[in-house]
Amino acid sequence: MSNFFEKSDLSRSEAEKIISDTLQKCDDGELYLENSKSESILLDDNKIKNSSYNSDLGFGFRAISDEVVAYSHANEISKNSLKKSSENLKSTLKSVKGTYNHEIPKSNKKYYENINPIEQKSLNEKIKILNEVNNYLRSKDDNIKQVTANFLGEQKSIEIIRSGGETLTDVRPLIRFNVSVMLEKNGRKETGVYGVGGRQSYDSYLKNDNWKSVCDEALRIASVNLESKPAPAGEMKVVLGPGWPAILIHEAVGHGLEGDFNRKKTSAFHNLMGQKVANEGVTIVDDGTIDNRRGSLTIDDEGTPTEKTVLIENGILKNFMQDRLNARLMKTKSTGSGRRENYRHIVLPRMRNTMMLSGNQTQDEMIKAVDKGIFAVSFGGGQVDITSGKFVFNCTEAYEIINGKIGSPIKGATLIGDGPSILKEVSMVGNDMMMDPGIGTCGKAGQGVPVGVAQPSILINKMTVGGTKL
Amino acid sequence: MVKDQEFLEEKASYCLGLAKKLGATDSSVIVNNSVSETVNFRNKKLDESNRSDDLGVSITTYIGKKKSSISSSNLLDDNLNILIEKCVETTKNTPEDEFNSLPDKDLLAKEVKDLNLYDQTHIENDQKIDYLKKLESAASNDRKIINTESSFTQNKSNFILANTKGFCAGYKTSSFTASSVTVAKDKKSMERDYDYSSKCFFKDLDDAGELGKQAADQTIRKLSPKKIGSEKIAIIFDKRIAKGILSTFASAISSSAISRGTSFLKDKVNEKIFSDTIHVLDKPDIIKGLGSRNFDSEGVKTDTLKLVEQGILKHYLIDTYNGKKLNLKSNGRCGGTSNLYFENGNVSFKNLLNSKSKCLYITETIGHGSNIVTGDYSVGATGFLVENGEFKYPINEITIAGNFKDMFKNITLANDLEFKYATNSPTMMIEGMVVAGK
Repeated sequence: MSNFFEKSDLSRSEAEKIISDTLQKCDDGELYLENSKSESILLDDNKIKNSSYNSDLGFGFRAISDEVVAYSHANEISKNSLKKSSENLKSTLKSVKGTYNHEIPKSNKKYYENINPIEQKSLNEKIKILNEVNNYLRSKDDNIKQVTANFLGEQKSIEIIRSGGETLTDVRPLIRFNVSVMLEKNGRKETGVYGVGGRQSYDSYLKNDNWKSVCDEALRIASVNLESKPAPAGEMKVVLGPGWPAILIHEAVGHGLEGDFNRKKTSAFHNLMGQKVANEGVTIVDDGTIDNRRGSLTIDDEGTPTEKTVLIENGILKNFMQDRLNARLMKTKSTGSGRRENYRHIVLPRMRNTMMLSGNQTQDEMIKAVDKGIFAVSFGGGQVDITSGKFVFNCTEAYEIINGKIGSPIKGATLIGDGPSILKEVSMVGNDMMMDPGIGTCGKAGQGVPVGVAQPSILINKMTVGGTKL
Repeated sequence: MVKDQEFLEEKASYCLGLAKKLGATDSSVIVNNSVSETVNFRNKKLDESNRSDDLGVSITTYIGKKKSSISSSNLLDDNLNILIEKCVETTKNTPEDEFNSLPDKDLLAKEVKDLNLYDQTHIENDQKIDYLKKLESAASNDRKIINTESSFTQNKSNFILANTKGFCAGYKTSSFTASSVTVAKDKKSMERDYDYSSKCFFKDLDDAGELGKQAADQTIRKLSPKKIGSEKIAIIFDKRIAKGILSTFASAISSSAISRGTSFLKDKVNEKIFSDTIHVLDKPDIIKGLGSRNFDSEGVKTDTLKLVEQGILKHYLIDTYNGKKLNLKSNGRCGGTSNLYFENGNVSFKNLLNSKSKCLYITETIGHGSNIVTGDYSVGATGFLVENGEFKYPINEITIAGNFKDMFKNITLANDLEFKYATNSPTMMIEGMVVAGK
């Protein structure tokens, strides 16, 4: 645990006094302190290209009055710096007349251990694995022209001090291990990328030569793409594989169910609470409480313990994801979804691990039900326009389906659909729900936060596939 | 107030001195400070204020051909001592790479020209509020506009870059940015659009009323969109989208993508990749330019580069490491391009619209559908159907796709270039792309 006041001219009790003084008559607010350490070790082009280490320290001071948020952040934790921030907040909120909400739920549950993954494995061991990855892949396939592999590790310690001195803390480990390969055959180049990660030590993911399976998967995807032909263009049936393709759920409906967009009535879902938004078999939850997952949090960035929030139950819209500000203004409670990338940013309601739960059909039944369509297994990333509801995602591994059978692989193409109506087009839900491998980062308002997704195989009756073959 | 040169220089020289003492044979350091103040409005009311004061230091140490780096936001000497010691220790344990080194001394910038990149003006929050009130009032004039969000940011930055080859320089920059995002609604649809202005000097910023009105007009005209069928059709890219295609070109000619062999433009120098009429420039010394600079992030001087002349690729964007690997000299593009632009074409915007009986005018794309390894391009798009030069109706939920190798050869540019961003393009038409819709 970091002691933020150890090397500062500011004592904890002085800080508490400034916080309480600044936030009196505000509706909410806190001082958020953060100390994070991160590393990146990269092998590329047969060499260790980069070994870097970052240590970041700073605070964000927030005061909220009614709908207005005043925020100030700085790196120096000092008397002068905090006072300056306090003055800045006061000058924004000139006439405040609220009542500070002291209520914050408590929980003793923890969803990851207090470890520093960077210190748990020596630099030499990390370099050794990266070199082994390079040699293993290059000896496996003569067409391999490029291998990139990297370790990303982080330990983030946070402390939240609320008006009156109430203090909440969390220490969050996070790692990622990625492998990317490029193949070249007959003048054609294609890549394959795969990775694993979560809130445990590197070894939890890589022991017993488990890194080999990450390499094999990246190579498999690249090999499939090397044989791919142009993707079709137009509306057709789409079968999505289980796991990572759930970024469809994240983009298509997840963002639209975040509290801020619905309070502001800019989400296509804002007037659909309690209504049927999906077919019967569709249940979607956002869960921050799964042990060691990338999107899990013991407490959110406002100190609220996370929970499993049911968003859509058997097709009916049940809840939005809320932080404290939007919950108060919408007269409901925080779902522990208040997150920020770091102390430089304000809190926003965000997703954690967003999951569509299993139904009872098989992937095989779905493929058989398609005359002409595509089977999408892996994706690169997605984006949504909250207001119009239109969303896209990019296939990185997909196949055509002809007369109920999986055919040739097709080139990467963008799929586009309409968020509010897509769930009504989900006609079959598989019995094979799977979590993603732990690699997702979600971007919103310039802030990236780690998230997870999960889903079973699903059949979508109609989506537009953005290929080049008419 | 942003920290002065003296403070930053003192930190930089402390770092270089300590690294040397601990055994580094060479090192480089960047110390920077950035202070920014933002005010946001929503529906004509104050919504958020945000002040940030960011300090940063990043240090790279070399021991012969071994290299490692650290960065931190904590500039206290105690912390720097721990980090630099860690950095030198890590360097010792990192394998050698024959191409690792600081830039050659003769390539380092000798002079720092005043490019007029810093405006002393301080805009108080009350002045920001006045600007936003005027903007929001113009943006919400039409009853179809149901939500407005706008923002004003003043940013002041200062930095010092120093290395053990004697380079030590830096300068202040400023930016003033205003943006307006509006949501419009009718019975059939809800749409969002935006406008934006960013300048080095406050007095050059767009008029608040015009900015708000422009955002609102652009949003309202998107209402009640239709979905069209799949077909091969000419596509006109609005300037704000066309610049993205130029950015993709820039990433495909970066020396790192070239040296790693992961670009569709590898080995294409002196080959024709665009049509005869296309010229691409990267000009770092534009007065008050949003991408202007005296040297790149390694201290190497940056001269104007004619990247593409008459459709022929002339240069890659080269940094020291990848330059050594490719046996080429750095041309001062570590960290990317400066003010990058397509030169004007020779048709007017109006004639470009009129040049086809039917085409699509694209105002927004979504998704990350540019693959620089293969050149494949596929993104979601929003825009308008244009017939005989006239905007007929808005369209959405379509994708557009092609391959850059073909797309580049089929570009026609209008003569309406403006310097609104660091990367700029005139309005652009590309023939032969595939639209997927119904």
